[in-house]
Amino acid sequence: MLITRRAEFSASHVCAQPTLSTERNREIYGAAANPNGHGHNYVLEVTLEGEPDPITGMVFDLKKLKELIQQTVLDPMDHRFLNYEVPPFDKIVPTTENVAAEIWRRLEPHFEGGRARLNNVRLYETEDLYVDYGGESR
Amino acid sequence: MRVTRRYRFAASHRLHSAAFSEDENRDLYGKCSNPYGHGHDYVLDVTAEGPVDTSSGQVVHVPTLDRLVSEQVLTDFDHRYFNADLAEFKTLVPTSENIIRVIENRLNARWSDAFPGEWPRLEGIRLRETKRNVFELKS
Repeated sequence: MLITRRAEFSASHVCAQPTLSTERNREIYGAAANPNGHGHNYVLEVTLEGEPDPITGMVFDLKKLKELIQQTVLDPMDHRFLNYEVPPFDKIVPTTENVAAEIWRRLEPHFEGGRARLNNVRLYETEDLYVDYGGESR
Repeated sequence: MRVTRRYRFAASHRLHSAAFSEDENRDLYGKCSNPYGHGHDYVLDVTAEGPVDTSSGQVVHVPTLDRLVSEQVLTDFDHRYFNADLAEFKTLVPTSENIIRVIENRLNARWSDAFPGEWPRLEGIRLRETKRNVFELKS
């Protein structure tokens, strides 16, 4: 069974690769490469997989999941400029792909050995663009 | 990793098969077979899949995907009547099942021109005809 919790955060970023020229960055990232950055209202959907506990009837305590998302993602990323304030985005480009993978890396250790497994991280940059990440193998 | 991009187009269609009588068409398709057709605001989700390129940090170059979808699908489909305006539907009933298959064929026809490497690949397509009718195809 899959359960999904949604959360939102607002952050700014610049998508540009320092090793590439300004022109090349503009070709790859378009307006997202503008040097002073721009922002999004990100929508995050965290999906867990598991069977309901026979006593509680729950796959995972959704309140705990909310707290976990708050501590590992929202507290560090909400209302921040990702490139300057949220490592590793001082070193890697904060594309939606890389932000989704980083959120996976931050959440995944909390489910090791538990009843529920982290199944998917879906990150919407806008209503019309989202990324799904299910770990290294997927 | 999968990246999904959402597009929209408005089009009309009529569900009516020459293989059936008028009564059979009415029984099968109901009001969707009304003679002059009707329209929807379709929502099309296109999902590309692949590894994140270590240099760009991207799975897919979104402007390239936008151009492909626009040229192969949106330009021909938006503000058109499927039954009369599109060659594929001269004989094929424009159900969403058939429309999504045609979209897949059209994207595949030019996919490797837009994305010459091994990645990204077309992972799947989702077509929302109305809020309650959604069709999904995995490539």
